[in-house]
Amino acid sequence: MFTILFWILSLLMLGSAVAVVLLRDPVSSAMCLVLSFLALAGLYITLDAFFIGIIQILVYAGAVMVLFLFIIMLLDLKAEVRRKFNLAALAGGSLVLGGFAILLTQVVKSLPSAAYPFPALAPGVPSDAVGVGTALFSGFNLPLQIIGVLLLVSTVGVVVLSRRTLR
Amino acid sequence: MLTLGHYLLVSGLLFATGLGGVLLRRNIIVIFMGLELMLNAANLSLVAFARHGAVSAGLPDYNAQVLVFFIITVAAAEVAVGLAIIVALYRQRQTAHVEDLNQLKF
Repeated sequence: MFTILFWILSLLMLGSAVAVVLLRDPVSSAMCLVLSFLALAGLYITLDAFFIGIIQILVYAGAVMVLFLFIIMLLDLKAEVRRKFNLAALAGGSLVLGGFAILLTQVVKSLPSAAYPFPALAPGVPSDAVGVGTALFSGFNLPLQIIGVLLLVSTVGVVVLSRRTLR
Repeated sequence: MLTLGHYLLVSGLLFATGLGGVLLRRNIIVIFMGLELMLNAANLSLVAFARHGAVSAGLPDYNAQVLVFFIITVAAAEVAVGLAIIVALYRQRQTAHVEDLNQLKF
């Protein structure tokens, strides 16, 4: 059952990610990005990472995308007018992307452990919020504090940046 | 049967899509969205590796999930600061088109 779910969710995610790149109206790009993030949260849940999936929905599909849409509305961005097509940039971009995709399939194919199915989880495993929380507050306590300071600094930085006159 | 390779391939394709958005688009907000796609591709491969690392006790490798948690937190802070910079830039230059923002170009 997870196999069907995996294919549906990954096709949805990749399709809406392509739509983000191809659509010219920034608002529809942002809505497709929300869809992509929701499908990605579903993929996390197929990997038994329930906590990360819920964090993905709350932080990315919720807070970050509201911020994006708010800024798009604030700047009143219109759909991009078609400008002169830069052929060299297009060729270079597709060359880089094609090379990357070929390299990626080669690497995944040559990885021996990538061909095995995932090992079974032990029955009666505690909720993964317990596991992540225990790791976070025991082994990763110092990084957690530093992340807290980083959030404070970025909040103060945003307030300074969005003042009317920058000094 | 799903393997690690499936997830790595999907994550790599998502990364390539985001990179394509950064390379091909000229709207600075959409370039930023491409950056977010690339960050999420890295997160997906980390979560897949965490599930793959369930060997001894039948538990996923929670260290990778903690790393994903940190990446999501830092990405949220990065989005806030980046969008504030974009708004400040828009106030100065009245444009969100990267080809019009060439003041630093030599």
